[in-house]
Amino acid sequence: MSSSMVTARSGDANFPSRLRAESPRYGEKIIKALLATAAAISVVTTVSIVISLLGPSISFFQDPAVTLREFFTGTQWAPSLANPSFGVLPIVVGTLMVVSFALIVAIPLGILLSIYLSEYAPKRVRKVVKPLLEVLEGLPTVAIGLFTFFWLMPTIVKLTPFLPWAGPFSIGVAGIAVGLVIIPLVSSVSDDAMRSVPRGLREGAYALGASKFEVSLKVVLPAAISGIIAAIVLGASRAVGETMVVMLVAGAGNPNLSFDPTKGIQTMTAFIGGRATGDIATGTLDYNTIFAVGSLLFFMTLAMNILAIKLVKRYREVYD
Amino acid sequence: MATLNSPLPKRSQAAALGARAVTESVFGKASVQLKVKNLAFYGILLTALTIATLSIAAILIWSIVEGHPRLDLNLLVNNPSSISPETAGYRPAILGSTYLIAGVILFIVPIGVASAVYMELFANRAKWYNRFIELNIQNLAGVPSIVFGILGLAFIVRGPLSLGFVVAAGSLTVALLVLPTVILASREAIRAVPSSILEGSLALGATLWQSVRRQVLSAAFPGILTGVILAVARAIGEAAPLLLVGAVTFVTFDPKYLEGGYSALPVMIYNYAGRPQEEFHTLAAAGILVMLLLLMSINSIAIWLRARSEQNW
Repeated sequence: MSSSMVTARSGDANFPSRLRAESPRYGEKIIKALLATAAAISVVTTVSIVISLLGPSISFFQDPAVTLREFFTGTQWAPSLANPSFGVLPIVVGTLMVVSFALIVAIPLGILLSIYLSEYAPKRVRKVVKPLLEVLEGLPTVAIGLFTFFWLMPTIVKLTPFLPWAGPFSIGVAGIAVGLVIIPLVSSVSDDAMRSVPRGLREGAYALGASKFEVSLKVVLPAAISGIIAAIVLGASRAVGETMVVMLVAGAGNPNLSFDPTKGIQTMTAFIGGRATGDIATGTLDYNTIFAVGSLLFFMTLAMNILAIKLVKRYREVYD
Repeated sequence: MATLNSPLPKRSQAAALGARAVTESVFGKASVQLKVKNLAFYGILLTALTIATLSIAAILIWSIVEGHPRLDLNLLVNNPSSISPETAGYRPAILGSTYLIAGVILFIVPIGVASAVYMELFANRAKWYNRFIELNIQNLAGVPSIVFGILGLAFIVRGPLSLGFVVAAGSLTVALLVLPTVILASREAIRAVPSSILEGSLALGATLWQSVRRQVLSAAFPGILTGVILAVARAIGEAAPLLLVGAVTFVTFDPKYLEGGYSALPVMIYNYAGRPQEEFHTLAAAGILVMLLLLMSINSIAIWLRARSEQNW
C-alpha cells in the first residue's frame, strides 16, 4: 500500500487550501508516535542484545587469565577448571560439525522438496504438503531431541555396528536431527524463490523442446539460485543456534577438539545452555565466558542472516 | 495420418505435415531416454517427500508409543517427584507454561500489531530509520533463541529490570523472541488487504488512523490472529532461553508471576529426560505428547480460522 505517499501529500504547501485539513489532528500524530514507539521496541531489543553481550565480553578479554590470541587460536576449552584455558576452537568445531551434518541432510531434501512443491505438485497435493512441513517446523526441538536420543541414535548405532560408536552421544547424529529441524525452512525459502521465477522462462524452455525435469533443473534452479543459496544460509544460521537437540544428543560434556562424528562434542550453544543454569554469580570469569561465547554466536548468525537477506532481495529485485 | 481431411489448400496441407514431421523427429526419438530420466527424477522427488513425511510420522508415533503408558490424570495434576516417577506429573510446569504464555500474548499482540501497522501504513520508507527498523526485525527473527536467553539473564533477570528468576522474566524473554514472528505475519496480513479499501475510506474523509483501525485492521484480523497463534505455538515449545532465565529449577509448588521459582513444560521434559531411570523417559515422552496435543489443538484453531475467514478480494 502506498499510504506513506498519502500522508506525505497532505502536508504539502502547494496543496489547494480548501483541501487542507481543518484541524491539526493532534490525535493522529500521537497515534503515529505510539505506533512508531512500538516499532522501535525491536530496535531497542537488538541494541540491548548487543550491549548485554559486549559488556561482559569486554571484561572477559580484560581478565589477566584470557588473551584474544588464546581465545581464537587455542585448542583447549576448559573455562571452569582450576587451571582454566580459553581456546574456543573445540566448541566452534563442534558447532561446525553440527552445521555440516545438518546441511548434508537438509540441502538435498529441502531443495528436492521445493522443486516438487513449485514445479511438480498439483495444487491439491501442495495444499497437503505445505501444512505438513509446517507441522515439522512447529515441532518443539525438545521433542525432536528426545526422539533422536531415545530412538534414532540407538537405531543408527544398530544399523552401523562397524562405526566406532562410544557412549550415548554423537555430534553426527545431532547434526542429522538438526537437519530435520531446518528442512522446512530451507524448502519454504527456496520454494518461494522458484515460484517467483517468471512463467515465461519455463514456457520458453518448453517451446524449445525441453522436458519437465530439464526445465526444473536447468532453467528454474539456476534462475532461482540466489534464493536457494539464501535458504541454505538461513538453514545454516538456524543450525548454528540450535540448542536443545544438540544438548540432548551431543551432550554438553566433551569440550575436546575432535572431528569424530560418532562422539559427543560440545557446541557453542550447548556450552551456554549447560553452563548458565542460574546459579552463576554476576561478574565472575565463569559468567563472562558465557557472554563471550554468546557474542561469537550472535555475530556469526548476524553475518549469515544479513547475507541471506541480501540474496533474497536480489531475486526479488530481478523478478518481482 | 497421411491426409488431413480438410478443405485446406494443398500447400498448407504440406506445410502442416512437414511441421508435424519436424515435431515428431524432435520429440519422438529421444523420448525413451528422456522418459526414463523424467521418471527417475520424479521418483527422486517423491522419495524426498516420503523421507520428510516418514520423519514426521516417526516422531509422532515414537512419542505415542513411548508416552502412552503414562497418559493419565496424575500426569497433569501431580507435582514432579524424583522418588516416584510412576505417579510424578507436570503440574507446576503446565501452570508455569500457562502463565508464561499469558504474559507472552499480553505483550506481543499490542506491540506486534502496532509495529506492523506502523511499518506497513505509517512509515515513510524513504527515511533511513524506517528501512533500518525493517532490516532490524528481519535480523532479529534469525537471532538464535539462546541469545535471547542471554539478553534475558543480563537485562531482565539482572541488570536494568532486575526481576529475578521469576515467571514474568521468562515471559518477557520469550515474548521478545517471538515478537518478530508476529510482526512479519501481521505485515503480510495487512499487505494482503487491497489498497483500494484504505483509499476508499480516506476518500470519504476518514483520517488515516480511522481508516486503518476500522477498515484495514478488521480486514486483516484473521491473518494477524493466525500470526499470533503461530507465535504462541512457538513460545510453548521454546526451552533454550528459559534455561538461562531460571526455569530449570525442580519446583514442586505452583508458580507466581513475580516471586519464587518456576518451570515450563519443555524444560521439565528436558529435566526428566536427563534422568537415568526408564520411568522418567516414559514420563518425558508423555510430556511431549501433552505438548504436541496442546500444539495441535492450537494449530487447528489457526487453520480453522484461516479457512473460515479466507476472503478473495
